[in-house]
Amino acid sequence: MNHYPQAWGRPRDDVYGPYDNSYFQASAPQTHTQSPAVTGTSVLGVKFKDGVVIAADNLASYGSLARFTDVKRLRTFPPNTVIGFGGDVSDMQYLDRLLQSLDIRENYLSSYGHVLNAKNLHTYLSKVLYKRRSDFNPLWNMLLVAGLDDDDKPFLASADLLGTTFSSPTLATGFGAHLAQPLLRKLMPHDEDSVKDVTKEMAVEAIKACMKVLFYRDARSLDKYSIAVVTKDGVELKEDQKLEDQSWAFADQIRGYGTQVN
Amino acid sequence: MASIMNAGGLPSDQPGYSFSNASAPSESSGPRQHAFNPYTDNGGSTLGVTGADFAILAGDTRSTSGYNINTRYAPKLFRIGDDGDSSSRIVLSVVGFAADGNALKERLDAIVKMYKYQHGKPMSVKACAQRLSTILYQKRFFPYYVHAILGGLDDDGKGALYSYDPVGSYEREQCRAAGAAASLIMPFLDNQVNYKNQYIPASGTGHELQPRAIESLPKEDVIGLVKDAFTSATERHIEVGDGLQMLIITKDGIEEIYTPLKRD
Repeated sequence: MNHYPQAWGRPRDDVYGPYDNSYFQASAPQTHTQSPAVTGTSVLGVKFKDGVVIAADNLASYGSLARFTDVKRLRTFPPNTVIGFGGDVSDMQYLDRLLQSLDIRENYLSSYGHVLNAKNLHTYLSKVLYKRRSDFNPLWNMLLVAGLDDDDKPFLASADLLGTTFSSPTLATGFGAHLAQPLLRKLMPHDEDSVKDVTKEMAVEAIKACMKVLFYRDARSLDKYSIAVVTKDGVELKEDQKLEDQSWAFADQIRGYGTQVN
Repeated sequence: MASIMNAGGLPSDQPGYSFSNASAPSESSGPRQHAFNPYTDNGGSTLGVTGADFAILAGDTRSTSGYNINTRYAPKLFRIGDDGDSSSRIVLSVVGFAADGNALKERLDAIVKMYKYQHGKPMSVKACAQRLSTILYQKRFFPYYVHAILGGLDDDGKGALYSYDPVGSYEREQCRAAGAAASLIMPFLDNQVNYKNQYIPASGTGHELQPRAIESLPKEDVIGLVKDAFTSATERHIEVGDGLQMLIITKDGIEEIYTPLKRD
């Protein structure tokens, strides 16, 4: 051991020969994500009168390869917030670690009885995302944040890799924005005014129906999914749900491609 | 108001109606590197009109990504320097890239509040307008991709309206439309507010024909014009619709009016 910190913890030169310092120096230029690698597909969310339902399937794709089939893309933040991640899975894991350290810091430092609610977390996450896009080093995610706001009212909002944010009684990211959002909007004919007429059962049913539609038509989806119901009483998270009552009866009618060529 | 808006389209697969889609003339056919594009267009339109003792700012509440509607209610109008005692008399409207719009709003709001706390009086619209220009120009080489319109009342109590390009060029005007349907709304405003192409019948022939004199319009008439402008823009532009938010600034405060628009 000598007084050069660079040498600490390295093999001794006199025993193992000179150490290759090129490994130690950051000789390569700093790189930024230009496209996502392992990705998750849609996340769905619906408000109801007492809270929010949010769901995402358990697949992480590598391009068109179904690479990881047991990845939980809903993360909870105590006491009652759930964040659904679409897009890059490694960036999701980074944000998850960031949120865990935020939670620990809050528990140590903030005054008793104060908690970060879903609205606070959405503001925080959207600022992280906007900062990273402004540095040209984006976190390649589309997030839905579900929970309660300052008045314990249902809160559901989205944030994406550009820092764009918006809120709506029903939200869907990715493929779900095309396929599920029109179906979910049927629940809310008068937008925010309709939330009080939607029960938890209605919201869960609608979400399950949409997850099925997505599994039928989204090639990057899976029939195993996670679903969470957030209310004032806490988070009810189920991470190993299977799509029920699938109907593939239409499949043998399809002619002209696949195995039945004519 | 020549601006970077006319310097070429967004490198994006989205429509982006708010910005010119004409490609830059000097575009070469050499190899192009794919890079992360930090901008997007969230559609929508805003407008502002002033009168003798009021200013009206309006914007639709639709937010879009390409052909998707993100939400039917995302306000583009913000009270600036409002700390809960409804003393604010300045409104900012931003249209273009919503994330930049929000960041710009937050910065201006913080500055106007700090001014009030440090000097014990609210900031004038004239000062706020100059400050907004400076904020925009500070990001000259990575601009806030927004068309901003700032409204309030000037030192004489008259309606004041300032419009900006994304890099901070600004001008005080009687009326201005911005955003996706600006090209549809602005000519209507020119004709109905500034009486462009309106002449007094039989007042002469050729160049002798007298133009109709500009007068400051009453508030009720302007509200009618704004509603007409947006219902018409909704008919003709896919990114405009869902709801119309109007903020009317008078010496008594800021009145908010929300009117539904077509949701198709």
